[in-house]
Amino acid sequence: MIFTLKIWRQKDAADKGGLVTYNVDDISPDSSFFEMLDQLNQHLIAQGVDPVSFDHDCREGICGTCSLYINGRPHGPLKGTTTCQLHMRSFRNGETIFVEPWRCGAFPVIKDLIVDRSAFDRIIQAGGYVSVNSGGIPDANTIPVPKSDSDASFDAAACIGCGACVASCPNASAMLFVSAKVSHLALLPQGRIEAARRVQNMVATMDSLGFGNCSNAYACEAECPKEISVTNIARMNREFLAAKLFAEKEKQISVSL
Amino acid sequence: MALAGLFLVVFLLVHLGINLLLLADDGGQSFSAAAAFMGTNPVIRLFEVVLFGGFLLHMAFGVLVTIRNRVSRPVRYQHKSQSETSPLSKYMIHSGIIVFIFLVLHFIDFYFVKIGLVAPPAGIDRHDFYHRSLLLFSDKGYASIYMIGFLFLGFHLNHAVQAAFQTIGMNHNKYIGTIKVVSILYAIIVAGGFMVIPVRFMLFR
Ligand code: SF4
Ligand code: FES
Repeated sequence: MIFTLKIWRQKDAADKGGLVTYNVDDISPDSSFFEMLDQLNQHLIAQGVDPVSFDHDCREGICGTCSLYINGRPHGPLKGTTTCQLHMRSFRNGETIFVEPWRCGAFPVIKDLIVDRSAFDRIIQAGGYVSVNSGGIPDANTIPVPKSDSDASFDAAACIGCGACVASCPNASAMLFVSAKVSHLALLPQGRIEAARRVQNMVATMDSLGFGNCSNAYACEAECPKEISVTNIARMNREFLAAKLFAEKEKQISVSL
Repeated sequence: MALAGLFLVVFLLVHLGINLLLLADDGGQSFSAAAAFMGTNPVIRLFEVVLFGGFLLHMAFGVLVTIRNRVSRPVRYQHKSQSETSPLSKYMIHSGIIVFIFLVLHFIDFYFVKIGLVAPPAGIDRHDFYHRSLLLFSDKGYASIYMIGFLFLGFHLNHAVQAAFQTIGMNHNKYIGTIKVVSILYAIIVAGGFMVIPVRFMLFR
């Protein structure tokens, strides 16, 4: 197969960058999108040109490292998959393919198609964890968990933190990601304990990093490779409201030395 | 924004209810009585202030959120987004602005006349909303502007009601389907209901 690629090239964070056109041929329909880019890069290296930089790691849809905004959609045209799970048979022979980095002020471009997603780490650091050590494996049923809750929690925990939700959102909002993390912990007894503090801190951090606000366009849900549902956003909003209105005040102990 | 919006949603129903009295075949008696009640009852007078507050809050938040959402993506994509979104959700500020322009017109035509800022047309008392409406709707241009305003209000509401429930945390597979249907029905009833009035006056006079 042959393709015309329009790829965003940008030397470094300070560079303005722009689209550069490349033609590739002899591409197998069964090669993955990244194998196609690898092929292009081999050509570029042979010509002494700087190869295109892009993020990838597991190449099997589980790590959340890969990105790419392909023809106006994060992770390309297939639903419920990451870019590393995309194959060239999903494109028409001879098609022009636009490849751009995630766009969001909180995700600055580092080089070419690689963006800095450490804003997500910052949000996780603000509360996306359970503080106590879990110890050894407890006996089954010492902490009963309703099946429906564990299912919903597990669905939310499927989020791989790729950032496609932010990339697709008309407002570059991170609500789907944050709500997936809030939900996954808030639905389980171990996570419940810190739920009120967690949701407030994570939302405050999200806001401070410059992500946009949710206007319920739901592009995130349509593009999420793990098909995280926007019901999680409603759950986070509920948790947030309840925490703001009803959470017990934490006692402040001041120690004078 | 969602809470202020939901409050306005209730107001619209009350307003529509009163306007529909215009259709009653009694020479405007019931409509005028309702208008007089709304204009004099002290509870309603107090509520008017709350209502203005609701409008101002809703608009201020709307503009603020839109600006914040624009700056959160300083460099835009070259390729147009192909992602599926909830219909009309991306155009809330646009439909909102059109409704706002209509609201300004509406204020000049009615509210400012009522409070005496704008002189009423000759021969019509400034509290006589009935003949005022009849006169306005007899003008085809005005009636069309009025209907366009409500068409866009309908677009606005269609997304607004379901989105507001999501924002206050009410999205659950048990009832979200119902909320969506109610939202669409509400938009059609409100926009349609307001539009029926000028149509009625243009067609059968
Ligand atoms: S919610 Fe979906 S799109 Fe967003 S970071 Fe998680 S997996 Fe990626
Ligand atoms: S490279 Fe790991 S999810 Fe794509």
